[in-house]
Amino acid sequence: MRKMTYSQAIREAMAEEMRSNPSVFLMGEDVGVFDGVWGVSNGMLKEFGEERIRDTAISELNIIGSGLGAALVGMRPIVEIMFGDFLMCAGDQLVNQTAKARFMSGGKANVPLTIRVTTGAPGSSGAQHSQSPESWFMNVPGLKIVCPATPADAKGLLKTAIRGEDPVLFFEPKMLYALSGPVPEDPDFMVPFGEAATVREGKDVTVVAIGIMVQKAIQAAKKLEGMGVDVEIIDPRTLVPLDKVSIIRSAAKTGRVVIVHEAHHRAGPGAEIAAMLAEEAIEYLDGPILRVGALNVPLPYSPELENYVLPDENDIIQAVLKLCGKA
Amino acid sequence: MRTGPEANELKDRYATDTLAEFFRRMTLVREFELRAIEERRGGLIPGFIHSCVGQEATAVGACMALEQDDVITSTHRGHGHLIGKGGDPKYMMAELAARTPGYCNGRGGSLHIADFSLGILGANGIVGGGIPMATGAALGFQMRKEKRVSLAFFGDGATNEGSFHEAANQAAVWKLPVIFFLENNLYGEGTALHRSTPIEELALRATSYGFPGVVVDGMDILAVFDAVREARERAIAGEGPTLIEAKTYRYRGHYEGDPQVYRTQEEVQSWQRKDAIVRFRAKLVESGLFDDGDLEEMEGSVIMQLNEAVSFAANAPKPQVEDALAGVYGDTHNGLVF
Repeated sequence: MRKMTYSQAIREAMAEEMRSNPSVFLMGEDVGVFDGVWGVSNGMLKEFGEERIRDTAISELNIIGSGLGAALVGMRPIVEIMFGDFLMCAGDQLVNQTAKARFMSGGKANVPLTIRVTTGAPGSSGAQHSQSPESWFMNVPGLKIVCPATPADAKGLLKTAIRGEDPVLFFEPKMLYALSGPVPEDPDFMVPFGEAATVREGKDVTVVAIGIMVQKAIQAAKKLEGMGVDVEIIDPRTLVPLDKVSIIRSAAKTGRVVIVHEAHHRAGPGAEIAAMLAEEAIEYLDGPILRVGALNVPLPYSPELENYVLPDENDIIQAVLKLCGKA
Repeated sequence: MRTGPEANELKDRYATDTLAEFFRRMTLVREFELRAIEERRGGLIPGFIHSCVGQEATAVGACMALEQDDVITSTHRGHGHLIGKGGDPKYMMAELAARTPGYCNGRGGSLHIADFSLGILGANGIVGGGIPMATGAALGFQMRKEKRVSLAFFGDGATNEGSFHEAANQAAVWKLPVIFFLENNLYGEGTALHRSTPIEELALRATSYGFPGVVVDGMDILAVFDAVREARERAIAGEGPTLIEAKTYRYRGHYEGDPQVYRTQEEVQSWQRKDAIVRFRAKLVESGLFDDGDLEEMEGSVIMQLNEAVSFAANAPKPQVEDALAGVYGDTHNGLVF
């Protein structure tokens, strides 16, 4: 199977969907002439032209709101928000308008709006450019929340988002754009929502890893193997809908769960997953459910402080060892 | 401020049917609101309503200047817009009464009534919330090269929301076929315009986006209609947005039950003396195209229509709790856990 980067996989998904469906278009800041600040939409303005690759003003509120309006009249917009942190500029349009349009209309409105945003800390970018906002919106019924961790999942999940009839918040970790991996060629290759991936099979402990932490969990698992701990890694791939069945099945198998994410520890995605396990799988658990996330402080500019605050491979190893009584 | 033509000009400028419909529909809006207010007091309607009594000419005049497949976004004070665009009082009353045959199956209520077959993208509970939506609809029409426009209704208060600024700016840059229709009723909830806004003529704000701002007498349905027709032609011709500021007034409070401590009865009465329906009625008679009998007949049929609507709503079924989770997503769960 050919390999490509996460960034290229996103682009291939967008370009293929735009070629096959004239309703699909891309709108956002610097997505056209600049080729996207992260280079993801490289070459797309040239191929599709100014009508369908729209460079907007710096107006996140209108980007989301007019994406909603275009979707309501039958377009399939992909809108890009440069940094997930900036979603807050569009709070009302995302939470009160987009998420609720279908429900408030009695189920009638179709909102095929895909909102691609970047997530995670690129390093020394300061507190307003480094956040992982996935869980902020898990509390809003009406949105679907997707967090692919590999190039293949990025392509397959993005196609599901674009072809679906509901608004999707699609979180792309900035630090994964260069990650290379196998990607199927089939233009109809899609990854369904609500299906977790078993990244590594193991019998001693379940690590539920989200987004960029999947790669760190893989590295941690290799080291833990050398210490005699066999780690199973589950990647939920979508937070809403959440594949509870797979997560519970793994918890039942190992009896120990550590949830890892780059988002802050308090009320991060791990809090919801942990509460779910406590409610529905407590009989399988041999110990507490641990969460590994960034410390509860705005992300610092200083590399030393930032590295300390952000979770890494070592934090995963320590949590696993603690849970296994080997700390 | 643009005003409408005189009585003797009506015959040459408007079809008789259209004039009749202007009157009938404004009367329908007025009577619907008065009836809804009664039913709210009586308990048929469980939620708050924000009536538009006094603002019939802007709602009906603007909507009737649009074509069937144009779309509107509305506000929290949207019953007039919805009826103006062709909304059926039966399904509107049913929605206000939280019944399943209502436009939103009882899930939305007054603030969120929508019907896509009528081009009503939705009333809105957020001030200024629908303006970017209308801009996006216009973007869709432009991309598909369709000869359709969107019209965003909003009030004077909304022009101070960031949503207005961002949407107007982007619509101007791309020359989107959107009409920004501002119903200036001099109050943003309980705060008078002059206390929240440093200028009086809000149409001036269009200048900062490079498109025309037009001031019209919002108590004159023909002035409103003509201005929107003109703006529509501009939009269809690819010339971009227009801001229409219609001077109007709401006779009742921000919401039903509002003690209205922020304004005087003298001010309310001064606007009631310019009532759009009374003036238009007199103009129709003066034009010679209609007599009292014709108009009374229309008024009578409106009352009957509303009696039917209330009866329909009162007898309509309520949503079942088994369906409480329905309608959130398009794929109705499919076994997925939300």
